[in-house]
Amino acid sequence: MARTASSRPAWFGVVPLILYRVGSALLTLFLVSAVVFTISGLLPGDAAQEILGQSATPEQIQVLRHEMGLDRPAWTRYFEWLVSIIAGDPGMSYVANMPVAEIISDRLPNTLKLAGITAVVSVVTALTIGVVGAINRGGRIDKTLNVVTLSLVATPEFLVATLGVLLFSVTLLWLPSISLVNEDASWGEMLRSLALPIMSLTSVVVAQMARMTRAAVADQLDRPYVEMARLKGVPFSRIVLFHVLPNAIGPIVNAMALSLSYLFGGALIVETIFNYPGLASLMVNAVTSRDMPLLQSCAMIFCGTYLTMVLVADVIAILANPRLRA
Amino acid sequence: MTSIPFNRRTAIAAGLAGVGLLALGGCSGAPKEVPRRGGLVRVAGHASSTSDTLDPAKGATTLDYVRHHMLYSGLTCFEDDSLVPSLSLARAIETDDRITWHIDLQRGVQFHDGSELTAQDVVHSLLRHKDPELGSKVAFVAEQFAEVRSEGRFGVVIRLTGANADLPNLLAVSHMLIVKAGQQKPDGTGSGPFRLEEFNPAVRTILVRNGEYWIPDRPKLDRVELIAIPDEVSRVNALLSGDVHMINAVNPRSVRRIHADPNYRTMITPSSLFTNLIMRQDSLPTGNPDFVQAVKLMLDRPLINRAIFSDYAVIANDQPIAPFQPYYNANVPQTLLDTDKARWHVQRSGLTGVRLPVYCSTAATGSVDMASILQEYGSRVGLNFAVNRMPADGYWSTHWMRHPMTFGNTNPRPTADLLFSMFFASNADSNESGWKNERFDRLLVEARAGGDETLRAEMYGEMQQMIHDQCGVAIPVFLSFIDGYDRRLKGLRSVPLGAFGGYRFAEYAWWDE
Repeated sequence: MARTASSRPAWFGVVPLILYRVGSALLTLFLVSAVVFTISGLLPGDAAQEILGQSATPEQIQVLRHEMGLDRPAWTRYFEWLVSIIAGDPGMSYVANMPVAEIISDRLPNTLKLAGITAVVSVVTALTIGVVGAINRGGRIDKTLNVVTLSLVATPEFLVATLGVLLFSVTLLWLPSISLVNEDASWGEMLRSLALPIMSLTSVVVAQMARMTRAAVADQLDRPYVEMARLKGVPFSRIVLFHVLPNAIGPIVNAMALSLSYLFGGALIVETIFNYPGLASLMVNAVTSRDMPLLQSCAMIFCGTYLTMVLVADVIAILANPRLRA
Repeated sequence: MTSIPFNRRTAIAAGLAGVGLLALGGCSGAPKEVPRRGGLVRVAGHASSTSDTLDPAKGATTLDYVRHHMLYSGLTCFEDDSLVPSLSLARAIETDDRITWHIDLQRGVQFHDGSELTAQDVVHSLLRHKDPELGSKVAFVAEQFAEVRSEGRFGVVIRLTGANADLPNLLAVSHMLIVKAGQQKPDGTGSGPFRLEEFNPAVRTILVRNGEYWIPDRPKLDRVELIAIPDEVSRVNALLSGDVHMINAVNPRSVRRIHADPNYRTMITPSSLFTNLIMRQDSLPTGNPDFVQAVKLMLDRPLINRAIFSDYAVIANDQPIAPFQPYYNANVPQTLLDTDKARWHVQRSGLTGVRLPVYCSTAATGSVDMASILQEYGSRVGLNFAVNRMPADGYWSTHWMRHPMTFGNTNPRPTADLLFSMFFASNADSNESGWKNERFDRLLVEARAGGDETLRAEMYGEMQQMIHDQCGVAIPVFLSFIDGYDRRLKGLRSVPLGAFGGYRFAEYAWWDE
């Protein structure tokens, strides 16, 4: 029995888990879409009223409602949407008169770009801070890093962002105060225009990841195997990178998954301050204009990303830990 | 046939004088500069969304109006702060009875695709507002069009359902701009000063100079990019860091910040925009005339102006015509703060100590602070106001006019008639307070027909007095539009109808490097 298990490749054990998780993710998505639809249906007003605005007459609203199909019962609209999304078509936006897929394909790359670069920057920073802190536990460096990360996590991002703009844009004139996305901009230009948003987002997510890394690494450093390795004369850097980190990776990737999924949907404040055309502001826009198909699609993307991140974190944790693999 | 005395040349001259007086307060007395061509300008408005549109009929935000005025031309236009329309695509507008109007179009005007603008385009553009499925913002104005037909290649006849002397004013708003015949969904092909290069709703619009614009020597700017920065602090920061060159909706409290830097200026345009307190006449206790009088008497208007608007507003007198507007009646006595008199009215109404909920929201500019001030003064005269602050989202559809006391917010309209018919006529959908007065309705129709200007002014004067005395709305102040701009942007004019020089800054502005 043990032999057959060990003869399988290492990833084999996670396949049933992945299948199970994908199944429950689909169920979760379905439930989330139903909840989002119901709750947004409770909001005052509908797309027709929002489009026509303050000076609309009841007759105008009635005609537009009929035109948009909003006069049909809610469950009919929901199931129509459900059928079309299963077929892969997220429908037409009520407000923009464009396919939802087109609107999202315009915004998604922006969000991916910002989230991706921020993820790289913040993961590297967080790992460095966490490991350095754990190694120097109780030392001056550890204490300084502690204070810095804790104050960053306690500072709201709009404050970090606004102070950043005041310092780097208004006073020093180094960086642009708004992120103007331009398709034909070079990498350098893009990084320059994204510098402040990345900085603000990093300061929000880095603290939690760094704290988690520090705790997990510190916990491992106390283990007997580390002492054994040191007694055998393994260089300390090798102990940390090749023995401790793989063992500590489980809690670290979990913290990272949670923080990084925030970058996707939670970047709203940063998107607003820097006028960055990402998905989060699109979703808020969809809520205020009561644009249900667009709102639903955004909710599905955020929920899907979150579930994927958590799943990836679990798989990495299992692969890194042979005891969980069996 | 009488010809309406519109003369483009005199109108433009008057407009320039107005600019010196109002708009560029900071640079008067400078040597005369010759406008030159060129300049890439980025402009940030305060709102944009996926509902941004290229269709003039559906324009809903400041940036929509600016974009439409850049792409399309109108039959008439407002070029200065006098609010008297000048001719634009119309070469002449003539009428005998103010029911049937004959419009003669400019010759040789080209759309951006090279085709010639004819009467067909005008007929199509005006009649499409009557299609209920379009959802036009001016459908209620288009209801007055009994017939619109072409008369030859360049003549248009508009027959109204009733006499209306204000037709030239109504045709000047952005919704009435002329699109190409046959286009049900206009794509930006107009005859305006700029061509569309890129349009991305909720993100940006890029417009480039139209070299074949039919008005010679205009426009001056080569390229204009329109974006929106919803957060006011970020918008001001973007201006001060040089990332954008013009912004609107500057908070009065930020004006000093902009003035602190010699490279930036503000354009403060007094307007007839107001936030008003609505007291429904069809419910109690707000329907009690003594209560209405008491509320009007306990508004500390100078305090509201100073505390909320940093003195950039203009004291109003519970009627919607601002002092600089045509037909303003200066003889209506100004209501002043008088708590003793207010207390007397409260006692007479028997409402002392009654708890009265007031609904306010950031959706109606300044209303939250106004409600607090009202609450404070209410307690001095024996009224117990409970301030309910509502979210901006959905405020207009769920709260505005739906409770006995709510706040409203009304944008400037191009004519007194439009304002009165939309918000004060007995049968108006947005008759905010539900105030009904037969004489007012009769005067409204009579004054609309025009004819003798003195008589018309008298009628509008009486109507203002009636609203001031009887109507259940309290209008404490008129707000100003505050734009911030880069010193190098010149030639701006303030038109009291909206921000960005009545939405038409791009027509005149030039860049002085």
